[in-house]
Amino acid sequence: MNIVVLVKQVFDTEAKIVIGADGKIDDSNVTLIMNPYDENAMEEALLLKEKFGGEVIAVSVGAAKAQETLRTALAMGADRAVLVSDSAIQPASDDFAAAQALAKAVSELKPDIILTGRVAIDYGSKIAGRVAEILGIPHVNTITKLEVEGDNAVATREIDGGSEVIEVPLPAVFSAQKSLNNPRYPTVAGIMKAKKKELKTLTLADLGLDATVTGKMQIVGYSLPAGRKGGRVIPGEPAQAAAELARLLRAEAKII
Amino acid sequence: MAKGIWVFIEQSKGSIRKVSLELLSQGRKLADEKGEELAAVVLGQGVGALAGEAAKYGADKVFVADDAKLASYSTGAYTSVFAKLIRENEPNFVMIGNTAIGKDLAPRVATRAGVDVAIDCVAVEPDDANYVTLTRPIYAGKAFAKVVSSGARPVMATIRPNTFPVSEPVSRDAEVINAKVDVDPADLRTILKDLISQATGRPELTEANIIVSGGRGMKGPENYVILEELADCLGAAVGASRAAVDSGWREHKFQVGQTGKTVSPTLYIACGISGAIQHLAGMGSSKVIVAINKDPEANIFQVADYGIVGDLFQVVPALTEECKKLKA
Repeated sequence: MNIVVLVKQVFDTEAKIVIGADGKIDDSNVTLIMNPYDENAMEEALLLKEKFGGEVIAVSVGAAKAQETLRTALAMGADRAVLVSDSAIQPASDDFAAAQALAKAVSELKPDIILTGRVAIDYGSKIAGRVAEILGIPHVNTITKLEVEGDNAVATREIDGGSEVIEVPLPAVFSAQKSLNNPRYPTVAGIMKAKKKELKTLTLADLGLDATVTGKMQIVGYSLPAGRKGGRVIPGEPAQAAAELARLLRAEAKII
Repeated sequence: MAKGIWVFIEQSKGSIRKVSLELLSQGRKLADEKGEELAAVVLGQGVGALAGEAAKYGADKVFVADDAKLASYSTGAYTSVFAKLIRENEPNFVMIGNTAIGKDLAPRVATRAGVDVAIDCVAVEPDDANYVTLTRPIYAGKAFAKVVSSGARPVMATIRPNTFPVSEPVSRDAEVINAKVDVDPADLRTILKDLISQATGRPELTEANIIVSGGRGMKGPENYVILEELADCLGAAVGASRAAVDSGWREHKFQVGQTGKTVSPTLYIACGISGAIQHLAGMGSSKVIVAINKDPEANIFQVADYGIVGDLFQVVPALTEECKKLKA
């Protein structure tokens, strides 16, 4: 079974966002990590490989330094990795272009299963449906369980107020929710092995694409949320403070 | 020539979901400003009655696709019908609620329509050059990006629930257009085998007007009952911090923050939550924030409108009693 995992390099969740003098997000002094939900996708791919055999290929689109994230995927247990890197596209924020590039790279790998995170925590990217649509195959988002039976897969997907159990023919794309599994940490041996595994870097031209895949939407400015100020601390014993809080929420904030 | 503003109508138990009413209300204002018509798009089975409901909230026109194949949401069938409607009618702007369905449907429909979609928008401003300028959170709300679609139409956006107020319903008629339901066989490859309802009786976290949320200070899963009691008095949803979810006290679907859900309720009551940056990102756009924490130095007090420094195990039940008195 061939499994492709789409991973994205993102800012660490503890990162504070700074807008630089050029008006863009400042990415210096920021720790970069694998998108947390993509770790769940990686783990699921490795579990499937342990069960059915085959190959796990990590694929990313990003800047040259996204190689580090692919090395992490290799250290977790991926067999090889492909990075699509091209100055013509801004894959962090341009999901349209990223999806075109990923779909092209993936189609050449002929996978049975494609896994990715349900969302990228930086630009809120939702790539699964886009890639599946370009490839003309089904997708199931936000899965919490995945079982493969022959040429089909049965996935449980989280929806508002419950869950759905969905059967799809393979190949298909699945996006991982956090509760799908507990991602493994790379071992020291895994990290050593990862250094020798194949990590190929491709440009758009290598994929037979050109710069026309670039986005349909453009970012025209960034801003930071209006800073909140701490308000008032309500003094008193618990019962007294609670009564005053309830009064303020009714009389002042007009909520309850 | 593209024309009109569209709202995708999401339904629950035979009525229109609140987020769709919010989008109709805002869509009406935008349509008036642009001098264009507002259309609602209703997909389902036996959903004809929703057309009148959509009209009351501002729709001039309602596309109704009524078919057994659309009885429950499926990505394939809904994409097939919705994308065809877009291709045939060429709207200028399409709004979809940023719900589980919206987040699943929008990227796929946009891709089929050959356009991009801005996800989880929190502001929509009319713009002469680009039709609209959209504001969407990035890094889960630690920053915002303004985006435009300079050429491609329709502009598509999913909009965060609670972004716009719902207008008062008014009696008005809308033109109802019965859409042809012609689903590509390739879009019917998925089979819904089971639908499991895990209804808590409480509102959905992302749509809730009030959220009571608990963190590490809750000390254990058994103590969430005090938050649930407060939530039930307030008609609120119950959330949790990453610390609580990582400890296995609450399911991940209740997690608020950068690796959970981003919420914008009117009132967010943070109990025993220290206020890590990734949590603040997920709830910082709440209108009013209340913090209850025994540590006066906790970060959460720096963003809270009202704070109580004290033992949540005493303060929360006392607040529930006060709530009951006010509601009595």
